[in-house]
Amino acid sequence: MTAIAAAPLRFAPGRTLRLGLSRIGYEVRAYFRQGDSVFFTFLFPLVFLTIFSVAFSEQSFGTDASGHKVTAAEFYLPAMLAAGLLLSGLQNMAIDIAGEKSDGTLKRLGGSPLPVFSYFIGKLGQVLVTGILQAALLLIVAATAFQVPLPTDPARWLTFAWVFVLGVSTCAVLGIALSALPRTGKSATAVIIPITLILQFISGVYLNFSQLPDWLQNFASIFPLKWLAQGMRSVFLPDNFKTLEPDGSWNLTGVLIATLIWLVVGLVLCRITFRWIRKDT
Amino acid sequence: MTDSEAVVSVRDLRKTYGSFSALDGVSFDIQRGETFALLGPNGAGKSTTIEILEGYRNRTSGEASVLGIDPHKGDLLWKSRLGIVLQSTGESGNLTVHEQLSHFAGFYENSRNVDDVIAAVGLQEKSKTRIGKLSGGQRRRVDVALGIIGRPELLFLDEPTTGFDPEARRSFWDLVRVLKSEGTTILLTTHYLDEAAQLSDRAGVIAGGRLIDIGTIDEIGGAEARVPIVRWHDATGVQERRTHEPGAVVADLMRSGVEPDGLEIVRPSLEDVYLELVAANSPSSIESLEPSL
Repeated sequence: MTAIAAAPLRFAPGRTLRLGLSRIGYEVRAYFRQGDSVFFTFLFPLVFLTIFSVAFSEQSFGTDASGHKVTAAEFYLPAMLAAGLLLSGLQNMAIDIAGEKSDGTLKRLGGSPLPVFSYFIGKLGQVLVTGILQAALLLIVAATAFQVPLPTDPARWLTFAWVFVLGVSTCAVLGIALSALPRTGKSATAVIIPITLILQFISGVYLNFSQLPDWLQNFASIFPLKWLAQGMRSVFLPDNFKTLEPDGSWNLTGVLIATLIWLVVGLVLCRITFRWIRKDT
Repeated sequence: MTDSEAVVSVRDLRKTYGSFSALDGVSFDIQRGETFALLGPNGAGKSTTIEILEGYRNRTSGEASVLGIDPHKGDLLWKSRLGIVLQSTGESGNLTVHEQLSHFAGFYENSRNVDDVIAAVGLQEKSKTRIGKLSGGQRRRVDVALGIIGRPELLFLDEPTTGFDPEARRSFWDLVRVLKSEGTTILLTTHYLDEAAQLSDRAGVIAGGRLIDIGTIDEIGGAEARVPIVRWHDATGVQERRTHEPGAVVADLMRSGVEPDGLEIVRPSLEDVYLELVAANSPSSIESLEPSL
């Protein structure tokens, strides 16, 4: 019996965090080896930025205080950054975890001594890593290929940082919660993508938010994407564009509060709905 | 830690889904170091039993203890002492065999060496191949490798050799013998009765949610079930005679002076005994007669 170890009395301290970090590496590697998710969540905003920049290159999107004409690429960059948060966070997580639920991945993990919290660290880490790479790619392409002038004011980048981190975390948490919705892994795409697509259309990602009817603007304000897009606009659009916002200002306090509320809602929903496996009755 | 310590103990285990009774009062013990096979047709309650013991399902009533702990309340420390090989899963498999095993090895305090485990399941040459690109049988071997990577005290093997070719099955048997020799307690379900006979010390047969027999492989079905059969062909077809004196029956046959066609004397295998047992316990269902491979 020499080969069978005595049962450990307790685990080494810091194990949850150590396994969480190990999960991040594992998740990121698996993510980039999955061709379809790389395209539909990672490259999608870049593809759309390119299409809009080219298709609307003749169109006017207004001028800043000094008379500089805002190009399509400049106008759509914040929108695509916001869309990236939604896709890398919410859409990716919801579809990914729904798939893991039905293909047996979660069942296997649930039978192993992996803490649920380590699993979540892995998922959030994956979203953060892929989200940062996605945003960096968008910014680089916008600046180089489409000559979008990036902000130089550090205060704007600070706003970008908190909107990004808070937004991506909120979207990831909501994605984990939404993963409970599809009944099978196969139906996950069909259930989740319409939700994210509609949100993008009503929240000022594809369509100019200031041109939507008031009632639709108010409806969209219930959801976090409208606020994230607004936060991103405050970073990348000229300051005089704030007069186009619903209350004539960037309302970053509103962005912070609305996103925080959704973060809490998401965390509560995760706590209630997440299970390694569907328990039988 | 005595020799007769029960690693798994189940008393009057019941599981109902609405009005359907999946498990109807099952009781058995598995001693430390023992390999116990749970046999039975599909839908008999094998997987329900094993999943209750693994902590995946809740029981409706009865007692269950696994490594001294109620599996319903098993924590991570408890899980770290188990190895679970589930029935085949369809995971996407974007990581290589080596990456997957290294990752899971990190979950355990005293895991086995990753390369040793990969060699033990015969996947050395596939070590750097993505799991999704492996054949069904090879993926199954990864499942087995993941089940033993944590050096478990108790190993659940739920139909572990499904999709194995005969050679892979033989080497799997050798692996299980090594695990046994190291003192691992094993709960095995399988549809291959020769596998159960080769590997297990004792077996329990479940049908219709009840344990209809339990004992050592030689005892299952009782002594009567092992009475030899003399079988031969004549003009009317296959003739069979169960007898304690097969020699006398053959001598009798020879008295006619004609060599009988296809003459054989067989001792019923575990499979024969099992099929008889299951058939006797489910007269209504013809389906359950099939070993359903």
